[in-house]
Amino acid sequence: MMMDYETLRFVWWVLIGVLLIGFAVTDGFDMGVGTLLKVVGRNDLERRVMINSMAPHWDGNQVWLVTAGGALFAAWPPVYATAFNGFYFALMLTLFALFLRPLAFDYRSKLDNPTWRSRWDWGLTIGSAVPALIFGVAFGNLLQGVPFQFDDYLRLEYQGGLLGLLNPFALLAGLLSLLMFVTHGAAWLQLKTEGELRRRSAAIGSLTALVCAALFVLGGVWLLWGIDGYQVTSVIDTQGYNDTTGKIVAVSAGSWMTNYSRFPLLWLLPILGVLGFVLCALTMKLGRHALAFTSSAVAMAMVVVTTGVTMFPFVMPSTLNPNHSLTMWDATASELTLKIMFVVVCIFVPLILLYTAWSYWVMRGRLNEQFIRDNDKALY
Amino acid sequence: MDIVELSRLQFAFTAMVHFLFVPLTLGLSILLAIMETVYVMTGKTIYRQMTKFWGKLFGINFALGVTTGIAMEFQFGTNWSYYSHYVGDIFGAPLAIEALMAFFLESTLVGLFFFGWDRLSKEKHLAVTWFMALATNMSALWILVANGWMQHPVGSELNLATMRMELTSFAEVLLNPVAQVKFVHTVSAGYVTGAVFVLAISSWYLLKGREIAFARRSFAIASAFGLASVLSVIVLGDESGYELGDVQKVKLAAIEAEWQTHPAPAAFTLFGLPNESEQRTDLAIKIPGVMGLIATRSLDTEVMGIRELKQEHRERIVNGQEAYALMQRLRSGEAGEGDQTRFEEVRSDLGYGLLLSAYSDDVANATAAEINQAVEASIPKVWPLFWSFRAMVAAGFSMLLLFALALWHSVRRQPEKSPWLLRFALFSLPLPWIACEAGWFVAEYGRQPWAIGEILPVHLAISSLTAEQVLTTLIAIGVLYTTFVIIEMWLMQHFARKGPSGSGYLEDDTESGYPISTPSREV
Repeated sequence: MMMDYETLRFVWWVLIGVLLIGFAVTDGFDMGVGTLLKVVGRNDLERRVMINSMAPHWDGNQVWLVTAGGALFAAWPPVYATAFNGFYFALMLTLFALFLRPLAFDYRSKLDNPTWRSRWDWGLTIGSAVPALIFGVAFGNLLQGVPFQFDDYLRLEYQGGLLGLLNPFALLAGLLSLLMFVTHGAAWLQLKTEGELRRRSAAIGSLTALVCAALFVLGGVWLLWGIDGYQVTSVIDTQGYNDTTGKIVAVSAGSWMTNYSRFPLLWLLPILGVLGFVLCALTMKLGRHALAFTSSAVAMAMVVVTTGVTMFPFVMPSTLNPNHSLTMWDATASELTLKIMFVVVCIFVPLILLYTAWSYWVMRGRLNEQFIRDNDKALY
Repeated sequence: MDIVELSRLQFAFTAMVHFLFVPLTLGLSILLAIMETVYVMTGKTIYRQMTKFWGKLFGINFALGVTTGIAMEFQFGTNWSYYSHYVGDIFGAPLAIEALMAFFLESTLVGLFFFGWDRLSKEKHLAVTWFMALATNMSALWILVANGWMQHPVGSELNLATMRMELTSFAEVLLNPVAQVKFVHTVSAGYVTGAVFVLAISSWYLLKGREIAFARRSFAIASAFGLASVLSVIVLGDESGYELGDVQKVKLAAIEAEWQTHPAPAAFTLFGLPNESEQRTDLAIKIPGVMGLIATRSLDTEVMGIRELKQEHRERIVNGQEAYALMQRLRSGEAGEGDQTRFEEVRSDLGYGLLLSAYSDDVANATAAEINQAVEASIPKVWPLFWSFRAMVAAGFSMLLLFALALWHSVRRQPEKSPWLLRFALFSLPLPWIACEAGWFVAEYGRQPWAIGEILPVHLAISSLTAEQVLTTLIAIGVLYTTFVIIEMWLMQHFARKGPSGSGYLEDDTESGYPISTPSREV
């Protein structure tokens, strides 16, 4: 398997996308269900049905996020260092919210006390909604550029705090990411529950799916006409070392259109995304739950892919010094590390998909309130 | 406190809290697998009840292990951004491999372990439990490969063009002797923790005259497993000592308060009061020859003392100044003839030159006083290392005694007739945690002032943040973690007190998992 540095860099750009999609499709529904916990679940039993629908899977699902973080560290160390340092308080808030999830899952139903359970329900809601929102906000900021630059020794200088991140476009992106997880969670609930719960989640999910479609279109229009894009105007040596600060970058209106005008077929990606959301809303109305879950997964994947393709080759543009922007050509690990990590991924990702699928197969079937009552002690 | 100290404090706090849960997960997962194996082999349901009951406590612990683990992965980037840039090419790989190879498997199977009892055949569920335990141990392997590389960075080289360390040999990083020794020592310590946990709680039941059949069997398994594990910890701990003597001379000298080099073989200081200002150990009780044997495996090799190490550091710092000046010239493109060749000769001392940047803005022309400061700071404080190392060793040997006695009484089939032993076991409950935390303290404090041994000083590794920002998150994490730990410990004692009979594991065994008969599909 002989790949050159350029190919490896491109492959890793794809793989990071795959990991993000894996996260959205699996942990996304957990976070959606968690966000809906108090909206769809009206009493303790209903909430326990919702929680137990994902009880055997949430931990494995969450590892997609951990792996995406680890892969970023290994494959794009400059991006990991810059993004995590730059988005300091946003990520700390995400982290604090994520703290609550494992504890809420495991501890909530261990005691009968209603106050105890209600507190952990809030914990699960916060632990699900806040990260979902902030991930979108982060991507919204990446599309607008982030205020950082490097000194001669590539030491990071970052200007700006938490409030700067909460600009209107980023909030729109945050809302989109929250609502697409909610839609996906609603689709999951339709697969795994019965009766009232299933009806309520279909009603909410079909609505949020349409809002997602609208937000996605609105975000696209805003991005193309209201936000300056970035473009590399010098030649990047895609086979060479990471000359992160050596390129020349121009910032101008409409630059985020470049890839679409060069390859018009790429328009299919956002179109598929919008169609996916609309189809999801329709199939939820029709009670075709499997199709609804699939189309919401496809729509989310298209949102991720569209974002990546729009910015390509940029990953983290810099507003402070556009020439220091991080791209997937010049912010990677060394060739040897990329190669080794690629081999590891080729071996283990298929295995992961295999045993994950097996665990879903083993735990297949719907849950209802009677089931919770019958297994009170053993369930979450 | 400045940002460097606050960042260190935040990392130390999150890591030490995380490691309250990790060793118990490592140990209990194997114990659960052993108990379930006995169940599958003998068909006796009490072993399934044991697996489920100890599994419940395992779950309470596991949740907080996962919670505090996420923080660990985030904060290299959030709080050690230059570190992440400088060594991410090497350090990131084991972390990512850990997630792909181990953490995914562990986290997927933990769901099936808890909820798959009635959905899987006995054999399949047993396989799930074993693979979960195996994955937990694999996790530890990759994390310790990463940590071992920080202690003893092999298989990598500074690339002046990208201004970072880059991987040259993955095999060297993986087979790093420090990492391998740390791995076996650390997982064995985890097994000991699991064994003491089961042994102490079982002893409490026996003292109270409760759950006798259940507690006796748990006691027996824990004492056998514990004795094997504690022997492994001690033998491999000795192996660690040897590795230290080989590659981390400073840490060894500080642990032993070896102020100056003595004729070989060096004596082991059993007790003493390290006196930093006078550079000597007061009231020292020494055992001749022992330390030389541990650290060098010979009678005629010297163990280097702190005074000699400082002298060596001074030379390397001066060399490092030259390396730094050469690096500046090479990076700015103003290098003259022969600069590259000269840089190759002194590059291994560049890290020592970087030490000076804490005291001087102009590393290449630092004054003699600044160099003195850097030399003094190149050795960590002695007394905290001296004492925590002895706390770890003392805890280790008390546990050896405990398990030897416990196994002896267990083999004679009447541990409940020796209440003193049961009390000894119960009061030993904190020992493995004391040993683990003290051990990690020695490992990490002992590598100061380095983030990456002899490559990158801690003060350069930090993020572009202000001290106030780090203080804010440190306080928030402090409050959250303290709350979580209190809740976790309360739940643990609540369910331990309830015991297997109080938790419904003994009388009603049907009520214990996803039943095979799932609700019908909605029509």
